[in-house]
Amino acid sequence: MDAYLAPGLDEALGFLEEWPGATPLAGGTDLMVDVNAGRVRPDRVLSLRRVPELQDWEDGRIGAGVTWRRLQDAGHSALAQAARTIGSPQIRNAGTIGGNVGTASPAGDGLAFLAAADALIELASANDGRRVPWDEFFVGVKETTRRPDELITALVVPDDIPGRQAFGKVGIRSAMVISIVVCCVLRDNDGATRVALGSVAPTPMRARDAERMISEERRPSAAALDEFARLVAEEVRPITDHRSTAGYRRHAAGVLARRLLERVL
Amino acid sequence: MIVSVTVNGEQRSASVFGSESLLVVLRDELRLAGSKNACEEGECGSCSVLLDGRLVCSCLVMAADTDGSTVTTVEGVAGADGSIHRVQQALLEAGATQCGFCTPGFVMAIVDLLEGEPHPGTADIGEALAGNICRCTGYGSIVRAVRRLADSSER
Repeated sequence: MDAYLAPGLDEALGFLEEWPGATPLAGGTDLMVDVNAGRVRPDRVLSLRRVPELQDWEDGRIGAGVTWRRLQDAGHSALAQAARTIGSPQIRNAGTIGGNVGTASPAGDGLAFLAAADALIELASANDGRRVPWDEFFVGVKETTRRPDELITALVVPDDIPGRQAFGKVGIRSAMVISIVVCCVLRDNDGATRVALGSVAPTPMRARDAERMISEERRPSAAALDEFARLVAEEVRPITDHRSTAGYRRHAAGVLARRLLERVL
Repeated sequence: MIVSVTVNGEQRSASVFGSESLLVVLRDELRLAGSKNACEEGECGSCSVLLDGRLVCSCLVMAADTDGSTVTTVEGVAGADGSIHRVQQALLEAGATQCGFCTPGFVMAIVDLLEGEPHPGTADIGEALAGNICRCTGYGSIVRAVRRLADSSER
């Protein structure tokens, strides 16, 4: 195995130009689990831990190398809540938001916030750069539209996202959990509401029908909240696996989304 | 490849063959067996070390990625005169070790906690130790040991 410990972004992108498809390594909290289990045997690793440009975090542009530890202090409360519930102190000290996006697990806790915020994924190669809307980036289970010669350099969160924010997830314990359902709800003072969910579809998703319905309700009645939960449960596309059943996930998605909505009313 | 790492204040070099973890290098190459190998997926915290001053699971650190880094393991927390660390002393006094397998990881997590927050409350302690699992379920005495340290250190 060949490992290149890039000292800067230009060097990292140059390495990827020469060796497209090399395995990017950030915090290692996803990659090393697969390596230790023998599921992955990378030939060529590009370590990003020392790249100073990836540590930059200015307003809505969050460098891909920013750790969950740092994001616990994020200005967006839903992002801070997500960061605080990810893994454990050990994991939050190592794992990065760019790694969460790059792994593109359906259960990625940070992704629910990014989907709700309509964040852009910033990518760079030695020759060009682009910003891709989140729903054009995540295309399947651990599948993205990142090219083999590209790196995720930052996540861009628009300034004008709703200020009332809630984040929550369902799992078997509060630390080190892979979510059974994860949800982020954002609501504006005028009622406009966004609902993003994870672990209930191949990619992070928005419950658009539920959003449309509840955005019209300035002061939702109990019946409206029930209808909102029903629409969320109808829109998700969960599967049954070793962590939970499709039926439970569908039910829990509606319950969780409703509870989070009630927090931001 | 050869990596050069400062381990417990000493410059060490180690041969890395592939994508193996820092934990494997610490235990098998550098013969520092204090960091324990249990889950190899970051769940249990028994391999916790400080990497460049940050608490991490050494099983999730690729050894090849540690060149030039500084690592502190449980072997490195003792005093220069060989006396055990006050965290270890507190665990000892509280009877907070049963089989002892998880203890090195807890020591590192508690050292890291008290470094940042000398007087943690019970909720802080729980959150800070959430990444460490004791399969004997001896959490009560572990938390009591940390509480005593939190209360006794000077304010």
